[in-house]
Amino acid sequence: MITAGVDVGAKYVKTVLLEDGKNVLTRANGIVGFDVWKSATEVFEKALLNAGLKRDQIAQVVATGMGRKAIQKKPPINPGEIVPEVIADAKGAYHLIPTAKTIIDVGAEEGRGVKVGENGKVKDFVINERCAAGAGTFIETMARALEVGVKDMGPLALKATKAIPMNAQCCVFAESEVVTLIHSKVSKEDIAKAIHDAMAGRIASMVLRLGVEKDVVLIGGMARNPGFLPPLKKELNTEILVPENPEYVGALGAALLALETEGQK
Amino acid sequence: MTQVKEYPTELLKIWNEGKQLRGKYYKNYLTAHERGGLRWAGGAWSFSAIPAGLGEDVYCITGEPHGATIAFFKDFTAKCHEAVEAAGFPRTLCAYMRNYWGSILLDKYILADGTVVDGHPAPDFIWQDHICCSHGKWYQVARWLEEKKGRKVPMYCVDVSVGYPMDKPLEEYKINYIFQQLNDGIEWLEKVTGRTYNDKLLCEAVWNEINATRLWAEICTLNQAVPAPLDEKSMYSLYVMGTLIKHRPECVAFYEKLKAEVEGRVRRGIAAVANERFRVITDTQPPWGFLKIFREMEKYGVVSLGSLYTYGLIGMWKYRPDGTWAPKELPPRKPQTREEAVRMIVEWTVDRPEWAHFYVPEAKTKMILSIVKQWKVDAVLLHYNRGCEGLSVHIAENRHGLVEAGVPVFPFEGNMGDEREFDFPGTLARLTTFFESMELKKLKE
Repeated sequence: MITAGVDVGAKYVKTVLLEDGKNVLTRANGIVGFDVWKSATEVFEKALLNAGLKRDQIAQVVATGMGRKAIQKKPPINPGEIVPEVIADAKGAYHLIPTAKTIIDVGAEEGRGVKVGENGKVKDFVINERCAAGAGTFIETMARALEVGVKDMGPLALKATKAIPMNAQCCVFAESEVVTLIHSKVSKEDIAKAIHDAMAGRIASMVLRLGVEKDVVLIGGMARNPGFLPPLKKELNTEILVPENPEYVGALGAALLALETEGQK
Repeated sequence: MTQVKEYPTELLKIWNEGKQLRGKYYKNYLTAHERGGLRWAGGAWSFSAIPAGLGEDVYCITGEPHGATIAFFKDFTAKCHEAVEAAGFPRTLCAYMRNYWGSILLDKYILADGTVVDGHPAPDFIWQDHICCSHGKWYQVARWLEEKKGRKVPMYCVDVSVGYPMDKPLEEYKINYIFQQLNDGIEWLEKVTGRTYNDKLLCEAVWNEINATRLWAEICTLNQAVPAPLDEKSMYSLYVMGTLIKHRPECVAFYEKLKAEVEGRVRRGIAAVANERFRVITDTQPPWGFLKIFREMEKYGVVSLGSLYTYGLIGMWKYRPDGTWAPKELPPRKPQTREEAVRMIVEWTVDRPEWAHFYVPEAKTKMILSIVKQWKVDAVLLHYNRGCEGLSVHIAENRHGLVEAGVPVFPFEGNMGDEREFDFPGTLARLTTFFESMELKKLKE
């Protein structure tokens, strides 16, 4: 049986097509445009094309992500169910790493911590409130201020020679602080590290409210950023596991939930 | 959409009576001088039975409910906050207090229905108690602000910080400490008002307060029934009488009628929320401008049964050695003398549950856990309320205590009286995520 998970995030749509709950047939992603439904449909159709499948060959679709309601009850995706991100995250991460107890998902708009119980069920969760200073958008904004590419931010941070504290608790004020550091002739490498350290600090303090239980798994787009993992490990004082394709874990979880939904029929 | 059992439901018959009583309260305060009466201001927790000895024509305005009323009407709240910030006060202070000060600064007064009238009615005296970090200072500043408008307002503040008698009776010297302050306060009241104090009226008022606050606890106990006969959003409009006129016979009469009606609802299986299938409680003041969040919860079949706040702000309870929570036992008889009355109201009041967590966070956790068990609660929503330092203190510890006891907890940030600090769509999104993580599905759009 083939099921699909569609994760309509703040910045990217991710789709996973899954066979019998085991084999990932394909993954596809694309940027979310103004028309969320259109963006999601394009990514979904790209995934079908990659796998050489048609919509009616997909037994069930579950959607997740902040834009999930934009595709609810709308063809061609027409998901059978929509679920919040923390549920899909927990399911997907537990499937990939069954020893996972604490999951940290840092995407473009939100940072989340999830405590996972048996069979990938959510025991408790926490989500950053109000400010983007704990999410991937923060890195994007800071990259603009430093005039470097987003993908270069992590590697740049790894070349830092000094730890500079960044105190701003807000994305906008942090940008002002970065501008001040630039004017003070602090190197871009050190500023990049300061940005990643600050963000790791925010995520860690949020996750610590839940209580950190091993194994800790990091997913979401920020898990691909090499500058983010070291300070997060340091802040949480623990090893952190990162699965392959960490940005697809929510979509994978949704595809697994689609299988469960179909099985209950 | 999932189908669930539907319980019969009906509107509360007493609803309009409560509305009228509350409306009358704000008008009575405003027009007291026209009838030759006296006005006083103070907190909802102040010993309101004491000024009652000055006569039947003495009307009060209690600051917190007034602050909450202002918060419900967002346009007026915004103006109050602007005025307070322009006067140099920070926005991190108690939101009720800022609403109240804003009303003085704007020289406007809001009635229960949202009508704003010109001229803030200054009190003839302030009668306050001091339990939280803002209560005493609230009226000290209010007094300064009135003075700037040329109105001299004498103030008396009772220090009640003697601890919470959770596991053992409070020591006699602590009771005496408050007792003495109240006796001195009676002399002070006579001096500043020029009136002769009437001990008979005091005895009546003390007995009314004891009965009203016991009755409210009994009404809350009825919500242990499944389905719950009352929901928290409605309870906000009902408990409020105890925050305004707990010492008045009208309050006792209202709660007696309400209790009879709620008992009837329990007997007939009348639900507050027809599709009840998941029971939650909150912990402290809600963001008053966003009570619609309770209606959103109902779409998932979730009923909020109340909270330590709705039950224990005014309701008087006793935490029993077996870990259960029950309405506090009434004293054996009505007081007959001033001394008896003052002592009785002190001994009654020091058990107030909402004072407990100013001293010991464990007390709040224990009481919430008792409610969880006795009221058959499935989850607790904790408001990290930036508008009330007093009732939010230790809340993160309470969260830990509840989680350790295996109770699902949803914490959210907000502000009871300052809408700028509450993210409604964000909170709603997280709340529905929480419900879905509890395996609840939306039942209706």
